[in-house]
Amino acid sequence: MSDTHAQTVAFVRETEIPPAPPPGRETGVYKWMRENLFSSIPNSVLTIVALALIYSLLSGTLPWLLNGVWNTSSLQECREVLDGQVGACFSVLTERWNQLLYGFKYPVEEYWRPNLALLLLLIALAPVLFFDLPRKLLAFTAVYPFIAFWLIWGGSILVPIVALLGFVAAGVVFQKYGKGSFAVGFFGGILAAIVVWNVGGFLIPEGASENAMLAAVPSRDLGGFMLNMMLGVTCVSLSVPLGIALALGRQSSMPLIKWICVVFIEFVRGVPLITLLFVASVMLSYFFPPDATVDLFLRVVIMITLFSSAYIAEVIRGGLAALPKGQYEAADSLGLDYPQAMRLIILPQALKISIPGIVNVAVGLFKDTTLVSVISMFDLLGMIRGPILASTEWNGVYWELLGFAAFLFFVVCYGISQYSQWLERRLATDHR
Amino acid sequence: MSTLTDPPKEQFQLSMLVNDTRYRSLTFQAIAALVLALAIWYLGNNLIQNLRAAGLNISYNFLGDPSGYDINQRLVEYDSQSSHARAALVGVLNTLLVSVLACITATIFGVIAGVLRLSNNWLVSKLMAVYVEIFRNIPVLIWIIIIFTIMTAVMPGPREFRGDNATSSMVLDLFAFTNRGVYIPMPWFETGLFASATMNWLLVIATLVGSFFVMRKVENNATKTQEETGIRPNTKWIALGVWLVPLVLLLFLMGLSWEVPALKGFNFSGGIKIGGPLIALWFALSIYTGAFIAENVRAGIQAINKGQTEAAAALGLRPGRIMNLVVLPQALRVIIPPLISNFLNITKNSSLAIAVGYADITATLGGITLNQTGRAIECVLLLMLFYLTASLTISMVMNVYNASVKLKER
Repeated sequence: MSDTHAQTVAFVRETEIPPAPPPGRETGVYKWMRENLFSSIPNSVLTIVALALIYSLLSGTLPWLLNGVWNTSSLQECREVLDGQVGACFSVLTERWNQLLYGFKYPVEEYWRPNLALLLLLIALAPVLFFDLPRKLLAFTAVYPFIAFWLIWGGSILVPIVALLGFVAAGVVFQKYGKGSFAVGFFGGILAAIVVWNVGGFLIPEGASENAMLAAVPSRDLGGFMLNMMLGVTCVSLSVPLGIALALGRQSSMPLIKWICVVFIEFVRGVPLITLLFVASVMLSYFFPPDATVDLFLRVVIMITLFSSAYIAEVIRGGLAALPKGQYEAADSLGLDYPQAMRLIILPQALKISIPGIVNVAVGLFKDTTLVSVISMFDLLGMIRGPILASTEWNGVYWELLGFAAFLFFVVCYGISQYSQWLERRLATDHR
Repeated sequence: MSTLTDPPKEQFQLSMLVNDTRYRSLTFQAIAALVLALAIWYLGNNLIQNLRAAGLNISYNFLGDPSGYDINQRLVEYDSQSSHARAALVGVLNTLLVSVLACITATIFGVIAGVLRLSNNWLVSKLMAVYVEIFRNIPVLIWIIIIFTIMTAVMPGPREFRGDNATSSMVLDLFAFTNRGVYIPMPWFETGLFASATMNWLLVIATLVGSFFVMRKVENNATKTQEETGIRPNTKWIALGVWLVPLVLLLFLMGLSWEVPALKGFNFSGGIKIGGPLIALWFALSIYTGAFIAENVRAGIQAINKGQTEAAAALGLRPGRIMNLVVLPQALRVIIPPLISNFLNITKNSSLAIAVGYADITATLGGITLNQTGRAIECVLLLMLFYLTASLTISMVMNVYNASVKLKER
């Protein structure tokens, strides 16, 4: 049979043809462009429109950005240097750098204190954000608020130490009695903290802050981007526990507690933050005892914390609702009581689900800290709109300053949202 | 055979209030009520003492007093002799105006950006991703101020439109973009059927509503015919006639003409003036919230199973019809709840008007009125009441709509 084959076919190839490269129009840039940019006529039109848009944006901003002047001391001088050419006067940023970051009243020789506080903040946040780091670092995170308070406000070191001792006392009492009954441990802890704070208040001598190691800085001297960071970090970290409590309260089977939480959450979510800031600036002082002077920073922190805790409560409620009912029933059937079930079974899972939402609220809150400029606090935006643009040297340098503010916020917020996406991937333990 | 008997009834003991879970919740609620009452009493007591010390009382009589300040942007009659209540009303209307405008444009921006971000054109989808990330991650207050600065510092003054070698000119001779605001032509009626302009406009709106109902009837008939015969009659030309003919006829009867803004003296006059603050607030809220809506739209479309698209394609539907008939109706269910909260956010963020001097309710009642009368508590409470009412109304209306498009299962 084999030789019949040889008669019908003149030539039989016995070796494999070496693979030929694909045709030119099916490879490389050409193919990619044809598939992704010019696959159809409408697509090509879109591409050309987009290119034109990008070109007009870049041709408008790039010369301005690249031709920027960085070292003059006033707008007039900068315009002379530019000599009619297009260019940005970035020298306003270099000249007013300190004001933009720290406000205009924070003592210059003390700038190292907020800087150190920021550095320590990064260290304190690290174990919270990245689970792989050793858990012992959390001890530093716990102490950090008191260090930061002392660094930024200065004054007597006894104040933060007494505050810390109060929390330590509460922790010790909770450890001792919380095993038996959560409620006893919890309320006992609060009582212990109050006792320690009151006793400590007597022990701190009058005028202790006069000749302290770090000079005291009143909170009305805080400003600039530092103020935004401080408000953001403080309010987010305070509102997470409050939000958890509100979310649990809203789920509660006790009608009175449930309705208190529902009314609070719906009320706060129904009004804009700015009205709450008005409350902080003009109304809240009426509700404090007549002889108490609570400074504006603290009042603003209280209102922003209440505001964001309502939003965080709603996020966590979503997380609680997403848990299968079996988890609650399993916890009950193990004989755990309510605090144990929440602490050991429900909250760890619910919080994991709500992390992206909480981060969203945190980003929104950080952006909303610019609103304090409306009630005449000099945060980054307040500094730009107030002292800097009103000064004779820099009257009219809008784009450099606003662009800088936008850039700072973009870097921080984009960073946080990228972290949140990383965390979401990291925590995805279900196999999909 | 043993008889079942009730278990012995336990006597209620005081210790059960702490130890028995059935009664413990009563204890907790009693404690909560006590704490709440104490807190209210404490705060109220402080308030009364502080007010007495400052010689103040709570009274809303100031609302009837003449306000003594002017408002540029207003929808109803108002002058400095009008009462504070009237000023607040102007503010309420301005808040509603900018919120409604921004909701509409934000939805348009958001849908366009969201759909384009899913485009298979690489450049366009990346461009939209950049738009979304930039606008979502920068505070809305900064955007409002940036656009307000463009409106006031970059736009030419009316002076530059003057003379033979003017540096600026009106767009199409109809629109003037100046640093005092944008002037657009105003339609008016030369021979209106009624004496007042409002009635004439109501007539136009009534005609449009009439056309809408006629059109609905026509569409229903077409659907009926389609169900009976399988062929849908072409209603395109009927629709055009029903919408246009009565409207054009009415406008022609009433002698519609346009008042074009013109440079008179040092400023433009005639036409409709849209103030810089309104434009800044409107546009900033639209592009900022539009970025959020774009993400919702994208998530909504991506949430639709790919099998749906493939099944529709297998039935022979064209891509446009797949989008309209299969994907969008399902995606809307996912998109609408977050859309509601974005509309709420626009309404609440419109309170940032105070930063650019747009006379919304926060700037009138919570700003000038508060500062002039010193009635902080009353003003802030009224302000909160208004926003609370607005928010609850919007979420109620949208929830009704949401329920109507919800997936109806079994």
